[in-house]
Amino acid sequence: MAELVEAERVVEGQGIEEEQELATSGEKIYVAPPWKLMWWRFRKHKMALISTWVLILLYLVAIFCEFVAPYDPDQAMIQFKQVPPTKIHIRDSEGQWHWPFVYQHIRSVDPETLRISYVEDTSIRHPIRLFVPGFAYKLVGLWPTNIHLFGLPPEAAEQQGVFLLGTDRLGRDMFARICYGARLSLSMGLASVFLSLIFGVVLGGISGYYGGRADVIIQRVIEFIRTIPTIPLYMTLSAAMPRDWPIERIYFGLTMILALVGWTWMARVVRGRFLAMREEDFVLAARLSGSSEIRIILRHMLPSFLSYIIAALTLNIPNMILWETGLSFIGLGLRPPAISWGVLLQEAMNLRSLVLAPWVLAPGVAVVVSVLAFNFMGDGLRDAADPYAH
Amino acid sequence: MFAYIVRRVLIMIPTLILISIVSFTALQLPPGDYLTSYAAQLRTMGEQVDEEALNSLRERYGMGQPIYVQYWKWVSGIITRGDWGQSMEWQKPVKELIWERLGLTVALAVFSLLISWGIAIPMGVYSATHQYSIPDYLMSAFSFLGVGVPAFLWALIIMYFAQTKLGINVGGLFSEKYINAPWTWDKFVDMLKHLWIPGLIVAIENTAGELRTTRANLLDELNKPYVELARAKGLSERKLLWKYPVRVAMNPFFSTVGWSLANRISSITLMSIVLSLQTTGPMQLRALMSQDMYLAGSFLLLLSALTVVGTLISDILLAWVDPRIRLEA
Repeated sequence: MAELVEAERVVEGQGIEEEQELATSGEKIYVAPPWKLMWWRFRKHKMALISTWVLILLYLVAIFCEFVAPYDPDQAMIQFKQVPPTKIHIRDSEGQWHWPFVYQHIRSVDPETLRISYVEDTSIRHPIRLFVPGFAYKLVGLWPTNIHLFGLPPEAAEQQGVFLLGTDRLGRDMFARICYGARLSLSMGLASVFLSLIFGVVLGGISGYYGGRADVIIQRVIEFIRTIPTIPLYMTLSAAMPRDWPIERIYFGLTMILALVGWTWMARVVRGRFLAMREEDFVLAARLSGSSEIRIILRHMLPSFLSYIIAALTLNIPNMILWETGLSFIGLGLRPPAISWGVLLQEAMNLRSLVLAPWVLAPGVAVVVSVLAFNFMGDGLRDAADPYAH
Repeated sequence: MFAYIVRRVLIMIPTLILISIVSFTALQLPPGDYLTSYAAQLRTMGEQVDEEALNSLRERYGMGQPIYVQYWKWVSGIITRGDWGQSMEWQKPVKELIWERLGLTVALAVFSLLISWGIAIPMGVYSATHQYSIPDYLMSAFSFLGVGVPAFLWALIIMYFAQTKLGINVGGLFSEKYINAPWTWDKFVDMLKHLWIPGLIVAIENTAGELRTTRANLLDELNKPYVELARAKGLSERKLLWKYPVRVAMNPFFSTVGWSLANRISSITLMSIVLSLQTTGPMQLRALMSQDMYLAGSFLLLLSALTVVGTLISDILLAWVDPRIRLEA
């Protein structure tokens, strides 16, 4: 009987649309392993589900950026300076339907203001092709190829480009640059969060599991670090990195700097879970039956709070991305020729550039989308983290 | 109460000492120093470098001495003479440069804090009492905008629209004629006119968290039995809400004023660099770029000290409001 009540309570937590499906098989929930319960709960959070797909897409773009980008991000095409985002049509001026195409653009310079403008010439259509040859690269750094996801065929590429997000002052394709920027910006978010996870788990674990003096010291350290305003501190530390360092080393240094504050958030979560778990009956039982400390932690405690850690990790990544963007934006983080979203946004600092070509803000949109997606996914994970709570 | 305040102030001292050590060491990390790079710059421009003068400057700033000696010189100067060192780039004492900028940063931080509270408290209370209503969803959407769009990006967006649609430049905190003018009433009014846009930008970024906290805390509080009891006794809904649950839900709010200030200072720093406001941000950035160490160090030290003082004030307020804290401590 108690089993039934338990099962029913879980069913209630699943929402109406699934109630019927699941109520017929109440036992299904009762015997479901925790990860399945988590998944059922997670998939109820629609925004979290959508965000997960968005993030998968973003990371795929980051991994295969050479393939997705139609142009070399560093190639300055002088004939295409500050081109607005190219419109993609599927219907021509006579109302005929076509495979997606772009019109030939005619460039004109205002004799007085010297402002460049581009007008569509509706008599020449350039159909967009998939898997077109373009600049040569090595896919995932291994296989040399020159095939790109989309673009114009080589014979048309001379006169016209397909710039999804326009081009910058030097005529470099913004879309390609954002794809490449995703690689550094998104990977640094992950890297610094994992680094802070290592510090956080070790120090938070000591703090929560042993308590006493160690706990007091670690907590004071955390409070102290949080007292210093983050951005001024990060600015000071990244200014300490010599300007002639190669990109890889600056990348690594920046990751370390970001983790320096990030670990305090992870440590708090880990400590809280340890404190709550220490008093649980199953831990006491394990201890009484003679399990070693390390076994208790790894075998019994860790699985029960792993989901919380994953949720906390996800919620921390956006901060890392925002900090990296902010620092690179003001010129203290990654520097050109490295391409990250923050570096790209530097272009928008120039008021003239911003007014003439507002699409230089596009990297900002990429930042916002990824930050929001991580937040939604983290919210969903947090709700799903404890499938037995209601 | 007095004993409590004294104890809290005493606890502050080691924190401040630690902050000063961290600030100073962080600035010693970069290789080289201002004078060396300055001399190198002069040489590349083909100018004569007066080694004699350089050496006397080195001596004056205690360069080449062990780091703890330099640190001690700096800190003892601050404590005994209020001397924050010399800014090498500006050729002026640091103390002449920082106070006005620090004051503006504080003004902006406090101003945005007030805006946030003005938004977060009523909206959070409404959200919690009208859970799952349309305004509740709208407010969640609003708070996600705050979470996702950082202040410096808002600054860029607003700058763009102000420039193209309204034809005004939102950069700066003063009208042109007041920039270098001494402080007068007119200058103050002029500043207030410019302050609200940056204040609002910083508030947008930081209100979201507070809105969510208010809502979550109040929801927890409203489910407690004492609320039920008060309702059963016939207390009016309005009094029932504002007198107890809201006050309890506000507690964590005030206890984190210090960290909240620290977050705002971070947002203000980045935003000010975009809008070139006369706050600490742009000047600190420039000082860091040129290794003007005393100026940069003073900013880091003072901004952190500001958070410490903010925490102190919030602790005192909290103890004053909540007897449990006062007696426990």
